Amino acid sequence: MAVLKEEGVDTIFGFPGGVVIDIFDELGRTDIQHVLVRHEQGAAHAADGYARAKGSVGVCLVTTGPGATNTVSGLASAYMDSIPVVVLTGQVPTALIGNDAFQEVDIVGITRPCTKHNYLVKRTDDLARVLKEAFHIARSGRPGPVLVDLPKDVTQGKARYKPLPEPRMPSYNPTYNPNIKQLRRAIDLIKEAERPVVFSGGGVILSEASKELTEFARKLHAPVTASLMGLGSFPGSDPLWLGMPGMHGTYRANMAIGACDLLIGIGVRFDDRVTGTVETFAPNAKIIHIDIDPTSISKNIPVTIPIVGDCKIALKGLNRLLREESVKIDKKSRKLWFDQIEKWKSTQPLRYEQGDVIKPQYVIEKLYELTKGKAIITTEVGQNQMWAAQYYHFDRPNCFITSGGLGCMGFGLPAAIGAQVACPDKLVVDVAGDGSIQMNIQELATAVQYRLPVKVVILNNRYLGMVRQWQELFYEKRYTATDLEQGPDFAKLAEAYGAVGLKATKPQEVVSVLKQGLESPGPAMMDFWVAREECVYPMVPAGASITEMLLA
Amino acid sequence: MQKHTISLLVDNEPGVLSRVVGLFSGRGFNIESLCVAETLDPSVSRITLVTRGDDVIAEQIKKQLNKLINVIKVYDLTGTEYVEREMALIKVQAKADYRAEILRAVDIFRGNVVDVSPTHYTVEVTGTADKLAAILSLLRPMGVKEIARTGAIALGREKK
Repeated sequence: MAVLKEEGVDTIFGFPGGVVIDIFDELGRTDIQHVLVRHEQGAAHAADGYARAKGSVGVCLVTTGPGATNTVSGLASAYMDSIPVVVLTGQVPTALIGNDAFQEVDIVGITRPCTKHNYLVKRTDDLARVLKEAFHIARSGRPGPVLVDLPKDVTQGKARYKPLPEPRMPSYNPTYNPNIKQLRRAIDLIKEAERPVVFSGGGVILSEASKELTEFARKLHAPVTASLMGLGSFPGSDPLWLGMPGMHGTYRANMAIGACDLLIGIGVRFDDRVTGTVETFAPNAKIIHIDIDPTSISKNIPVTIPIVGDCKIALKGLNRLLREESVKIDKKSRKLWFDQIEKWKSTQPLRYEQGDVIKPQYVIEKLYELTKGKAIITTEVGQNQMWAAQYYHFDRPNCFITSGGLGCMGFGLPAAIGAQVACPDKLVVDVAGDGSIQMNIQELATAVQYRLPVKVVILNNRYLGMVRQWQELFYEKRYTATDLEQGPDFAKLAEAYGAVGLKATKPQEVVSVLKQGLESPGPAMMDFWVAREECVYPMVPAGASITEMLLA
Repeated sequence: MQKHTISLLVDNEPGVLSRVVGLFSGRGFNIESLCVAETLDPSVSRITLVTRGDDVIAEQIKKQLNKLINVIKVYDLTGTEYVEREMALIKVQAKADYRAEILRAVDIFRGNVVDVSPTHYTVEVTGTADKLAAILSLLRPMGVKEIARTGAIALGREKK
């Protein structure tokens, strides 16, 4: 507990069980807040949401066996998105390990490939050091989840705690400072470029480099696109903003990547959902790639200038070099490039037509207007996630919280709870689908119990919409296993949990339901019956180049 | 697909080997052979690992290994000056007609006979993979009953 306090932990999301009663008993005697979830997956996602909203480490505490295995999806999601989370799991006493004891599971073995690192603590004397290392590893370098498995006898044992220095680990030394020669080479390319594009990712948000990024892009007078994880790293209302690239990216962002002569990737990993076929990705461009994780560089896309280092330090370095060498980009020299981008934008904007039935995009647009773009948005996974990314414009970092890499349905509600705990004064909205929300809907009880006023906006099309979209476009409309016709009445369900439940079936009801829900003092669930067969466009089919989009 | 001999220094702790091996299986890299033992420093082990892949894959393998928290140092010996050895124990039938022949072959390859029975010799040979393949091809016609091989172990050469 002393270590947890030292590491700045003020909240733990958890669920108890036999072997962790001792830890919970001790926790109850501290001023660390415990949020009791209803399912351990919810605890892991809530710790993740907390970490993203607050920019610090989220902590989760669960019991052994099923308690531990239920956190695996949460760990995998945090791992893919590089989110600092420490998960503490109970374990059977050391003497019983390997015995197939009741609720025993080799959670260290199970989570090895989906954690940044994990530990089994075998002696009480090691406990403090291991916890220190766990927090250090989770938050440093490329952040990620760390699991610490705690056998019952280890947590029952007594050890005197002497404050420990910051851990020193000879085998773990992330590179923060980029190589200055590489930065200079990057500046040379930047000077020559006529059609540059800046491509920002989650790394910019994690290293808190939004200010430096914005300065850099403005100095270069270069258009900016950002991956799903990078939304909010650059203001979505800025004239240089292109929108998101990739499978459901904007037409102009994808076309700009296809036509640019210099692509500057910062804190991104060139995921397949961004690149489409790699051979035709940015075919005319030289590529500068800044990332703290060397494995991300030249993994999917060969790069011209690799820069290993912290995004913030690297961007500061580039901005300084631009100043020192008094590189002045003449805005007129970019006129052709911006004219072209404007043409792409005006011919193929994001669009939909609001008719007699509620369109999901309309709900998100109204949500954006009513919240003045100031809410923290979490999402579930699928169409709801893509519409939220396309139609809500993020001006600030740490405001868009989504399971990007893993695409984990059931993420949004527990993540919203975590974000609300981290930011009690902010409005937190989970944009959900009727499919995803049912994967962790039980956490509504958590929100009600702790008076966390999260809002849930369900875009209810009574389908597993994204899979249905693929079936419509690529499987001749054979809607196998995607019809959710028989769903619950979400408004009544919300009321059963003690939350406010609202429902809108007509376009003219959307604004009033949103207002009512957003203004209610406690948690509220709003059920919007939207056009069943609406698709997310643009769409890059699997195996195509990102400039070959299906358009609405 | 070039062969790469990679030498790793790792923390000598439980679970470290499975982290290394799990990385290979999880990311679809292959392992041709693998040897592990403690170094002079009992807190550190050396893993010698032979894998195949083009330059991009080899680069990715090295980066991923480096990323493991318990990996202290990664050396790709391929393309450098290094010595590489494997050892084999070969149990070969020792019929009266072949007994002298077997001993001659073992002598030529500077091996040792480490176990003798009325019907079999067990032979110990060390060398490169090629050398082991060569003696095996000589002994196989005489009837090899069992064989046990280590993977390759390797060290870089010092500058002369």
